[in-house]
Amino acid sequence: MSAAAGAAGAAAGVAGWLDGVRVCICGGSGGVGKTTTSAAVAAGMAARGLKVCVVTIDPAQRLADALGLDALGNAPHRVDPAPFAAAGLAFADGGELWALQLDAKRTFDELIERLAPDARTREEILSNRIYRELSGAVAGSQEFTAIAKLHDLAATGEFDLLVLDTPPSRNALDFLDAPDRLTQFFEGRALQALLRPSGFGMKLLGRTSGFALGALKRVTGVDLLTDLSAFFRLLGGLLEGFRARAEQVETLLRDPRTRFLLVTSPEREPIDEAIYFHRKLKAARMAFGGGIVNRVHSDQLGDADPGELIARLVAEAGLSKALATRVAECFADEHALARRDRDNVAHLAERLGTSVPLLLVPHLDDDVHDADGLVAVGAHLFAA
Amino acid sequence: MAGLSDKRLLFLTGKGGVGKSTVAIALGIAAARRGLRCCVAELTGQDRAAVAFGHRDGSSGARELRLAQDLWTISIEPQHALEEYLSQKAGPFGDVLAGSRTFHGFVQATPGMRELLTLGKAWELAQPQRRTAGARPYDLVIVDAPATGHGLAALSTPRTFAEIAKVGPIASQGRTLDAFFTDPDAAAVVAVALAEEMPVNETLRLRRELREQLGIELAATVVNALLPDRLGPRQGATVAQAEQAAAKASPLVTAALRAARSEHVRAAAQRAQVARLAEGLGSAPLELPYLFTPAVDVAGLELLSERLEELL
Repeated sequence: MSAAAGAAGAAAGVAGWLDGVRVCICGGSGGVGKTTTSAAVAAGMAARGLKVCVVTIDPAQRLADALGLDALGNAPHRVDPAPFAAAGLAFADGGELWALQLDAKRTFDELIERLAPDARTREEILSNRIYRELSGAVAGSQEFTAIAKLHDLAATGEFDLLVLDTPPSRNALDFLDAPDRLTQFFEGRALQALLRPSGFGMKLLGRTSGFALGALKRVTGVDLLTDLSAFFRLLGGLLEGFRARAEQVETLLRDPRTRFLLVTSPEREPIDEAIYFHRKLKAARMAFGGGIVNRVHSDQLGDADPGELIARLVAEAGLSKALATRVAECFADEHALARRDRDNVAHLAERLGTSVPLLLVPHLDDDVHDADGLVAVGAHLFAA
Repeated sequence: MAGLSDKRLLFLTGKGGVGKSTVAIALGIAAARRGLRCCVAELTGQDRAAVAFGHRDGSSGARELRLAQDLWTISIEPQHALEEYLSQKAGPFGDVLAGSRTFHGFVQATPGMRELLTLGKAWELAQPQRRTAGARPYDLVIVDAPATGHGLAALSTPRTFAEIAKVGPIASQGRTLDAFFTDPDAAAVVAVALAEEMPVNETLRLRRELREQLGIELAATVVNALLPDRLGPRQGATVAQAEQAAAKASPLVTAALRAARSEHVRAAAQRAQVARLAEGLGSAPLELPYLFTPAVDVAGLELLSERLEELL
């Protein structure tokens, strides 16, 4: 039953996995081709007549150019379907591909603007030194803003499908934790004390009181502590908004029309990350569409005897023995890679179990950086 | 080549997936072989070095773990570093704060604080006089830093805190760290890249940003996972022609010719990227070969470490 179910799942291709899905989140470690995969999935679904938006985080320049991504904008741009049609992937009626390159700082600013109760608070936050200099370093900020953006786009109802390319954090689940971490801290009773205008946060500017306060001042320094108190006080005022937003995000992630796709390459470390990612998300009861393994080497006949191969290369292809020997070495390299990849993929399949079908995308000789490349990748993801 | 063995600390940075951890460990092996007492400090909690040396559960925790003669590793944890710092610097006040949940929450939520604490611990590891009780000094600390963007932001954090805080212990700590990490005699940034478009772009951008934002030079670049170019251009052309012409060849011969052409094309593409990188850097990067083994094992690390000797 297991093998058959797995095979059936894979045969459906990504279109089958995303049937009726509104939000697709591609997760995996850095360098495995998530951005490319997200874009290829989005293009393939647009070709099937859906209005799709792909949210990218850090695309390569050429791919960004090909998608018409404007680094200055934080809003979706429509991607010209002509190069895709030229590459053999025409979009069906109603199909549209849109793309957006996430600007984390802008998204955070937009969030503040939306949540601030009035113009003055908004200005105070945006000009607070801590916010200006360091908000990029807020733990999980890139992850948080990616999800916040996803939520905003989903709320517009403009797109049939959203595809999110998650940032390459080591702990891929940072992005799930990010909203929680912020709100949990802000909700902490101890912090509430710090934030209250009459609390010791404000007392910093006046007389010291209490041993702990003195200690805090000594360790952090008055200026920093003042800026920090202001930062926390101002953001704390947005607490309701953050909490509501975190709940909405949680609801979106758990929605029956949301699916996670695991993206990996066949090396040991990314596969271990994918397995970890799957285990954690499964424990959080999130739904998977499937797994995609990029850059897979495969071979047939790799077990052939090298001596025989060399002889045949000389006889059939007219190569010199020296060159034939080199060719045989190349063949052996490919065989080593194919064996490695097969073993690692088998390990992945075994750990994921049958509920997560896998699709393998072969190693393509060239980088994927334009519509042609995305169509080539898509051919392996979507059933004919 | 780079004379990195004179430094107290090497900061390894690079895009995700380029093999920074592998290079960090291999560089540690090379340093230890030279007789330098070396510590590979990891920041992501993955304990790659410990696992590579057979510590199955990986976790060295926040403790320094001996891997081999003169080779140690540690997984830096910001909260642990905070507690150490408090007890060293703040005496009785430190103990009060260490016990305060408010303070811990405050530290967790303060932007940039993780980075400051992490760099603070890396600095401490590299001091000739260790602050941590009972700890012995190292000759060289190798920091396996997070992916490029974050790596550069992390290095700027001490300066940012020094500017915002102005006075007080955090400001002074910020200044100390900034001075150390930007002192070319004490510390060096090493970029790790793959011979692909994006990593090369990132490396060149990193070099520019290090200069512009921190006033330091990228000390060395390592290009990882280079395929062997067994054919060279002339033989590559011969093989391509043979592939075209051999319409009636057996499947085995066809497959072999295709494999050879494919590897040749990829190797040539890699060489072009290396050339682009070298031109942008104004010097040749150190090249490391692709390892064809199923996973990077100790033998592979030893092989890489022999190449990396050149940097020390």
